Amino acid sequence: MTRRTVLTGTHFMHGDHACAEGAIAAGCRFFGGYPITPSTEIAERLARRMPEVGGVFIQMEDELGSIASILGASAAGARAMTATSGPGLSLMLENFGLGVMMELPIVLVNIQRGSPSTGLPTLPGQADVMQAKWGSHGDYEIIAYAPSSPQEMFDLTVLAFNMADRYRVPVVLLADEVIGHMVERVVIPPAEAIEHWPRKKPDESPNGPLPIFRPDPEDLVPPLAHAGAGYRVHFSGLTHNEYGFPAMSPDTHHQLVSRLVEKIQRAGPDISRCESYGLDDAEIVVVAFGCTARSARQAVDLARREGIRAGLLRLISLWPFPDHLFSEGVGRAEAFVVAEMNLGQVRREVTRVVSQPVIGVHHAGGAMIQPAAILNAVQEVAHGGRAAR
Amino acid sequence: MAVAQLVESHPLDPLIRAGRMPHIWCPGCGIGIVMRCFATAILDSGIPQEKHVVVSGIGCTGRVAGYMELDSYHTTHGRALPFATGLKLAQPDLSVTVFSGDGDLVAIGGNHLIHAARRNIDLTVICVNNFNYGMTGGQAGPTTPFGSRATTAPYGNPELPFNLPFLLAASGAAFVSRWTSLHVRQVIRDIGLAFKKPGFAFVEVLSPCPVGYGKSNHLDEGLDEMNLYREHCVLYDETVPFDALGIDLSQNRPIYVGKIVDRDLPPFQPVRLESET
Repeated sequence: MTRRTVLTGTHFMHGDHACAEGAIAAGCRFFGGYPITPSTEIAERLARRMPEVGGVFIQMEDELGSIASILGASAAGARAMTATSGPGLSLMLENFGLGVMMELPIVLVNIQRGSPSTGLPTLPGQADVMQAKWGSHGDYEIIAYAPSSPQEMFDLTVLAFNMADRYRVPVVLLADEVIGHMVERVVIPPAEAIEHWPRKKPDESPNGPLPIFRPDPEDLVPPLAHAGAGYRVHFSGLTHNEYGFPAMSPDTHHQLVSRLVEKIQRAGPDISRCESYGLDDAEIVVVAFGCTARSARQAVDLARREGIRAGLLRLISLWPFPDHLFSEGVGRAEAFVVAEMNLGQVRREVTRVVSQPVIGVHHAGGAMIQPAAILNAVQEVAHGGRAAR
Repeated sequence: MAVAQLVESHPLDPLIRAGRMPHIWCPGCGIGIVMRCFATAILDSGIPQEKHVVVSGIGCTGRVAGYMELDSYHTTHGRALPFATGLKLAQPDLSVTVFSGDGDLVAIGGNHLIHAARRNIDLTVICVNNFNYGMTGGQAGPTTPFGSRATTAPYGNPELPFNLPFLLAASGAAFVSRWTSLHVRQVIRDIGLAFKKPGFAFVEVLSPCPVGYGKSNHLDEGLDEMNLYREHCVLYDETVPFDALGIDLSQNRPIYVGKIVDRDLPPFQPVRLESET
């Protein structure tokens, strides 16, 4: 049996497994998780793979423990990940906020299922978009990517680790059951072709208390000193000053929270990813992500055959919401059709950003939105039969 | 004849963040005594200071992390143990201590406590048990003795408390001891033993909280509770049944202290296979 760290080659691979392999290829060497459908295959794959590559796999007692364990591992310098689904993310949101406040890089995979509550454990959903952004208390910004294929389960997991380290922030891979359980061609590049962006380290040698949380004015991201490196750092979920120590003043609080938000907002164009399909002359722009983007693409093809100038803007990054994509490259758009397996979470964002009419194609979840449903909406807009909402 | 001498430094200076003083603890509180024991044990441990890490949760005891000149992590309420688990497994050469209170470790963190003990994660846990939630003003918790008064038990606590050594022994901890903030030498010694013990080592230290617990339970001053410890503490031996380790401060009955569990169980190790490339 070969025990390679990067499984370079062409595979017919399960989406959850591709995510696990992306993590290993990205240098993730700590996984703490709790089984939950439909993400369990990620944990199962990593239970086999981590021992092969010298990493740590630990099955924790619950999701509260899972996310706490990966934050601890990250503080010790490891690239660390957990994987879950909606009910588990609900439990993790407490320490998701701690990750934001301590600025500890982690990757959290959410294979979305029908929700709320226990919902549809084995069937897909896309209704955790707002939860990923707003679920923990307080104002904050995180990064989220939505893969549309097993290939992207691999690629975006690697990107998620790099972004987490670059911006010292939790990154969510917001996948869905269809993509997680889909088996498709996955090409894993050679190890040397996989990018690895290092964490920013302090320049000073460890000698006395350092303003370890003083941000780099360029990107507002402070360097990260790991446990055991000799810096005697203090990390706290309390509002803290640049030395990491609690500082209970409204000014410090405003400054800290504003910086945590701004460091991500300012980097929006660097973080954002999208795929444009037929947008050059598109008068009707379909917006979709994850599994729904696959239906949307077919709907666009069908509309084109009827002579409707339709195009697809596939959002690969969902947070920070890529506002700028709606002012570039969609200049001829007369209307937007947002298709998503929830009751309007991304549609409301699009409405906030654009001045054209926005039409939603929504389903609460459980099955793919069919291309015909999206095509219908496009046809109605094209023939002027449907008012925007 | 001995002559008093003024010195510029104290042996524990390198371990305390003097710039963070004054601390938040009330007069008569025992947490500072336990923190000093921890600092002394670190100095005695022979393990370099930069290899010691302290992780805490929320509450008065949780503030210890901010006062120790160590890599220190002040996490969320109840989650110090799983955070420390990840940190320790990612850097096994570090000596990781979780220093927190009874409410944090045993109530909101109770599930993590029993599972960390069951896995026998190689951690030192110092649990300051002051029988109530001190920081929020004296509410009842899972260690508040039956019948004791607290701000959320104004007519007397209707619940039975945990017997921590019994709980930890049953959960699988490799090392369990109990002392009080009166037993400074023993606490220092057992924290030192806990550092060296492979696996999950739990040191419970009973401690006065005159402002939170004492005021409502006829223990108005810290010294009153220290006197109670002096009068009622009895050294544990193996003939004492685990049931007898429960605590009721209002009853004239022994409080057993001492080393209660010290056994060799395999500590948690991540599974390893040889890698070819």
